[in-house]
Amino acid sequence: MNKPLIWMGQAVLYAALAAVILVFTRWPSYQNLPADSALIKLSISHQGKVLGDCVEQTPEQLAKLPPNMRAPVSCPRERSPLTIEIDVDGVLAYRQVAQPSGLSSDGAAVVYHRIEVPAGAHAIEVRMKDDARSEGFDYTRSETVTLAPAEILVVDFDAAERRIILL
Amino acid sequence: MRSGPVRAAWLRIEETIDPLFPGGTNPLRNLGALACLMFAALLLSGTYLYIHFDTSTDGAWPSINRLSDEQPWLGGLLRSMHRYAADLFVTFTLLHLLREWVLGHYSSFRAMTWLTGVPLLAFMYVSGIGGFWLNWDVLGQYAATASAELIDALPMLDGTLARNFLDSGAVSDRFFSLLVFIHLGVPLMLLFGLWFHLQRVTRPRILPPRALMFGQLALLAAIALAWPVTSGAPADLGRVPVALALDWFVLHPLPLATSLSAPVFWSLLAILFGVLLMLPTFPDRQREPVAVVDADNCNGCRRCVDDCPYSAITLEAHPDGKPGKQIAVVAAERCASCGICAGACPSATPFRSVIELVNGIDMPQQSVDSLRRKLVDDLARAESAPVVVFGCRHGMDVEVNRRIDVLGYNLLCIGLLPPSFIEYALRGGAAGVIVCGCADASCEFRLGNQWTRERMLGAREPHLRRTVPPDRLRVMMVGRHEQGQLDAAIDSLRQNASQGEIA
Repeated sequence: MNKPLIWMGQAVLYAALAAVILVFTRWPSYQNLPADSALIKLSISHQGKVLGDCVEQTPEQLAKLPPNMRAPVSCPRERSPLTIEIDVDGVLAYRQVAQPSGLSSDGAAVVYHRIEVPAGAHAIEVRMKDDARSEGFDYTRSETVTLAPAEILVVDFDAAERRIILL
Repeated sequence: MRSGPVRAAWLRIEETIDPLFPGGTNPLRNLGALACLMFAALLLSGTYLYIHFDTSTDGAWPSINRLSDEQPWLGGLLRSMHRYAADLFVTFTLLHLLREWVLGHYSSFRAMTWLTGVPLLAFMYVSGIGGFWLNWDVLGQYAATASAELIDALPMLDGTLARNFLDSGAVSDRFFSLLVFIHLGVPLMLLFGLWFHLQRVTRPRILPPRALMFGQLALLAAIALAWPVTSGAPADLGRVPVALALDWFVLHPLPLATSLSAPVFWSLLAILFGVLLMLPTFPDRQREPVAVVDADNCNGCRRCVDDCPYSAITLEAHPDGKPGKQIAVVAAERCASCGICAGACPSATPFRSVIELVNGIDMPQQSVDSLRRKLVDDLARAESAPVVVFGCRHGMDVEVNRRIDVLGYNLLCIGLLPPSFIEYALRGGAAGVIVCGCADASCEFRLGNQWTRERMLGAREPHLRRTVPPDRLRVMMVGRHEQGQLDAAIDSLRQNASQGEIA
């Protein structure tokens, strides 16, 4: 094959590769969220209450233990699971019972969920229960929020103030 | 050898492009080297970008933008080249993987190279996706949050990574520095993994031939200049990046995971990697007998060690116990059964006056002795002076194309041919000899063509003696279907021979 033909052929193939690269580095556009929608991010990482009470050890029980482990009170480590419910405009949008993390189930339970909603005003109610021994939900927050298109509303829990927060 | 329609189609495409890329510069035959070239471009351009990069959350986006605004001909160009090199790196790597799978290059002596290559895919994607985080524009925000949500779905993790991207205050400078570290550390692990990947390959082609290398770098620079990469709006964790001009080459796993759901995505990925890692246990071809060393004829000259394409031969103390004398030892699991070692052995000369020609190292399925016997018999039976064609069974079939006046021999690899056979054939009455290797850069065993050329030119031992008349020999490296070139070479040799007789 003569050189001009080789150069032309190479130019066509290089141009084809360039076209493929240039096209698929920007097209087709990816719709990460439908237009005129907003996002509620339910994201809570929280340690539930301890499942049981501390128990005082009897002298007989203590005697069976090695000397370095003779603590007078034995406290369970296992934590309560976290129950979360969220209603949007009066309809249950999501419910999860999150188990505590860790080998001894003594770590934080984590909930992370995305809820896409149309932009506009919404009545939000969030309920959370972190004590398996209590009746009903321990924390509740109700609010009407107005979300702009693409706006993100974060639902979290403030452990210091012990309340559900909307960011 | 795999003989399915996919393999045939792939080879056909390669051979169609061959004429446009002479001298072994066909990109499809250099995919691994092209991927390495793009990786080198990424490392070099990335080093410059890092010098100017502000590793804080607030400083990252403006520092990258300044590169494009204040030094478009250097920083801006390198930034764009860095992005497009990543796209080409992914493209060439995936094509390289596909090619090696289609051609059955994943089992027996290639198993270790295959197995060490599979984890590099994960490093490549983590490096690539991690690069988008650092720009910290809307695309970076999407890449970071989608990656975190995907990783959180893994069962061993407690699902808190995505909480780092809940609001602007959550992304601290310290956390952002960790993201930078990932984008620096994982490519270094990739580089280290690449070293492992090439351990079993002698003289690996890390860079493509010069013409192809300059062509690819010119292409990279041209698209970077013509369509410079720019940033999107700065990341805003209070808003969802809605419509994104996604870089599908690098970021495709993220929307795929969203559409499939993270658990399904991880399950499919685990199955894919499992299949890739299990492939070597299901070879597509039967294991052939490996090279055998004959202690009486091996003097430990080292030529086979130097020529073996897969580092399968080492030297050890010779069993005859003579001080300093060594013997070649073949590691069976690494031997490709190509016979290049037999072609390198100085004892493989057919001029030795022994009834049975026993080599220092030889192939049981196609010994040098059997080749000599066949050649002698065929030359004796020939009515007129024939043209002898030594070919490769992976290339053009020179036996099936045999004409009355042509003797063809398909060798395990053209590198199996000891150069002295050419002189032997001519002295035996051949009108001429053609050494017909595979197309450039397509040698099944990588180095067969190269060593053959160097041996013919006298640049490598064992070399062709200068007494062989050049007009009676043709060395050609052609594709499987280029019968016309072979016919022209045969006619040319026959013409030369008849002119010689007249003179």
